[in-house]
Amino acid sequence: MTTNARTRTLIEESVLPPLVALVVALVAGDLLIMAYGQSPGVVWRTLLEGTWGNSYGFGQVLYKATTLTCTGLAVAVGLRAGLFNIGAEGQLAAGGFGAGLAGLLLPGGTPAVIAIPVCVFAAVAAGGAVGSVPGILRARFGAHEVIVTIMLNFIVLALLNYLVSAKLHVPETLHTPEIHAGAVPRLSAAFAAFHGSAANWTIVIVLLAAALLWWFLFRTRAGYELRAVGLQPAAAEYAGIRGGRVWFNALVTSGALAGLGGINFVLGYKHYYEDGFTGGAGFLGIAVALIGRNNPVGVVFAALFFATLSQGGLAINAMVPKQIVEVLQGIVIIAVAAAVPEVRRLLRQSVSKRKPA
Amino acid sequence: MSDTIALRLTAIDKRFGPVHANRGASLVVHAGEIHALVGENGAGKSTLMKILSGMMPVDSGTIEVGGRDVTGWTTADAIAAGVGMVHQHFMLVPTLTVAENVVLGREPVTGGRFDRARAEHDVKMLCEQSGLDVPPDRLVADLSVGEAQRVEILKLLYRGARTLLLDEPTAVLSPPEVAELWKVLRRLRDGGATVVLITHKLDEVMAVSENITVMRAGETVATMATRETSPEKIAKAMVGRDVDLAVRNDRPPATAAHGTAALEVRHLVVRGARIEKAVHDVSFSVAAGEILGIAGVEGNGQTELLEAIAGIRNVTSGTIVLGGQDITRRSVHTRGEAGLSHIPEDRHRRGLILDYSVAENLILGQQHRYTTSGLLDRDAIEQHARHCTIEYDIRPADPSLPARALSGGNQQKIVIAREMSRAFTVLLAAQPTRGVDVGAIEFIHAELRKARNNGKAVLLVSAELKEVLTLSDRIAVMYGGRLVAMFSRSEASEEVIGPFMTGAKRERVA
Repeated sequence: MTTNARTRTLIEESVLPPLVALVVALVAGDLLIMAYGQSPGVVWRTLLEGTWGNSYGFGQVLYKATTLTCTGLAVAVGLRAGLFNIGAEGQLAAGGFGAGLAGLLLPGGTPAVIAIPVCVFAAVAAGGAVGSVPGILRARFGAHEVIVTIMLNFIVLALLNYLVSAKLHVPETLHTPEIHAGAVPRLSAAFAAFHGSAANWTIVIVLLAAALLWWFLFRTRAGYELRAVGLQPAAAEYAGIRGGRVWFNALVTSGALAGLGGINFVLGYKHYYEDGFTGGAGFLGIAVALIGRNNPVGVVFAALFFATLSQGGLAINAMVPKQIVEVLQGIVIIAVAAAVPEVRRLLRQSVSKRKPA
Repeated sequence: MSDTIALRLTAIDKRFGPVHANRGASLVVHAGEIHALVGENGAGKSTLMKILSGMMPVDSGTIEVGGRDVTGWTTADAIAAGVGMVHQHFMLVPTLTVAENVVLGREPVTGGRFDRARAEHDVKMLCEQSGLDVPPDRLVADLSVGEAQRVEILKLLYRGARTLLLDEPTAVLSPPEVAELWKVLRRLRDGGATVVLITHKLDEVMAVSENITVMRAGETVATMATRETSPEKIAKAMVGRDVDLAVRNDRPPATAAHGTAALEVRHLVVRGARIEKAVHDVSFSVAAGEILGIAGVEGNGQTELLEAIAGIRNVTSGTIVLGGQDITRRSVHTRGEAGLSHIPEDRHRRGLILDYSVAENLILGQQHRYTTSGLLDRDAIEQHARHCTIEYDIRPADPSLPARALSGGNQQKIVIAREMSRAFTVLLAAQPTRGVDVGAIEFIHAELRKARNNGKAVLLVSAELKEVLTLSDRIAVMYGGRLVAMFSRSEASEEVIGPFMTGAKRERVA
């Protein structure tokens, strides 16, 4: 196979399915918009203008993409090891709570260089701790991680709800008092254009995490072994790789990455933990990982895409119901899931048709 | 054989992504003949047959059956037209009886209910007509592999198939079962049926076919009458160069360190997936500088035995000693460090990670040797890959390709290269030439001999009796989980060993 053919295969396998999915979603979106008696062109333009077209909207997109990148990376690292972590929602909440709690416990006036790392570590540790539960159950007893993580979501969210509403809340609200230290500054502090948006420096931490994950997966022995277990468990076993340990590590890493996402809201935006702040970002992480093809770089782009849709939904709400973007998200996910083998088959057929027999 | 043309495939082209499986392949089969379709693995034989049987669409080219253009037909159309395929992997429902499996999808019905008596009667008649002997009321789960294959053929005959396509039908059969299959096929042919036999075993081709079509790299490169050709000519057409088919009766050099048991297995009992004792009280030893071959029909405990020695299957009782060290309960990693090398029988599932590059596959199981403080040493990996692709002639010589993109023979060379290029004292070689072309077989055999001559202990397990006889210094026969016989090379022959493989004889317990 020549380099050319390899590039083509790479494009066919990794880039094309998401693009085709996007086109399918756009066409479906056109039909929906027309059903509401609106012009698709106008609606799409409004959506773009409300997101990438002005600095506030763009800041909001970056903010939302930051959380989604974390949950997307969490799901992706699990899938790379052959595990389906549905628990990112609970792990994200736990991470946020951990960061918030650390920020509350630290004395006011703790310098940021100490406070931020401590709070970030608390978030990562909390998420990782939640991830370790399915990790242990899977490695030790072979319990299926999908069941465990789904159930654990309920447990974690209910537990946090109890802690916040019964012990730590500010009266009349469902959030904790403001943290004393560990706040991550907003981007608007440095770039005035972002004024009013929630975008904050967490995004840099998260991009670093994505780069680190890429490096871990593709450059370290542990990453080599993790991917081996995910691709072919029998071959990994043959190679003397201990599957149980890899599964445990992958689920802890997955939980830690989801937990990291919690700092975006808690340290970077509101400066307190609020019940329900996750708002489904953990579950949307599954779609982000899927569209990003479990590649950290792809996950970042997929997170930007979903964040754009989500923020764009608010911009077009005056013309069409904002739920339309949720429908679009659903269509993109279904299309990608269906497109992977389909696109390639169609391509091959069209190529051979063009060629004279 | 009449002159009527039963099948005519013209200029068949089929691509799977970057893989060009069929490039303008053509095939003409006359009605009432046994036609052998031969070629190395990856030559495109199976693809061509899948296209013919309607399982895959063609990219271009035409298919004619009985003079009718049927290009683009489906399996249902093919069966309706009397063309059916027996696959390498059986498609039977183990919990149903033979008769139920045969009529499945076309059950005889009386008053809206399945008429079991009629089904069994019909199947029995069919058995008698065709000479395929299987009791219709037995459960398929209780059948031997040879019997299950007969059920597959019966299924096709029940649906009125007059053209049978058989994909490597002898891969799972013992020599007597093979002989039985030839009888059946000849009888079917004499009854007017047309048979296309896919195989890469030249003795089979010579034994049973009338005409031969040879495929190489997706093309049909030669068509010949069996009477007028020789195995050498066929092999040459398959590989594209001269191949030495002679069995070399070489002996290890006298200087080889003989006698010291490098691997010793004592009273080993291993649990199988379904059987309590898949390996049943097996004891043997392999000396340095010796190849011990284990012959036997597949599924008689060889897989479990090797997996237990390799450390990927738990041992119920007994001991495994490697170079004087008890490794019975040690990890795969420890065994590897103690000098155990392993060519696993299933390269697609165990031996390779198909989505990993050739270079990545060449360090599988050795990844700790290519790591500096947790980081993969990419220079060392690349250097190792370059060395291996040259030394072991892995083609194409591009270590960055995914293993999936290579042909079966070259994939196996990756495994061989990896397991032979490391430091080891004992080599487990399970089905080392399965699904590999003639040229690669030659190469792999030479490598195994070289290891032996360098004083390594080699434990060879192969379903190919010929291979075991050719390579081994001693030959053990495994049947029903036990070692039922042990022969020195001079005593062993197909005739002597055959009855032990089928369980007809079981004395001489080692």
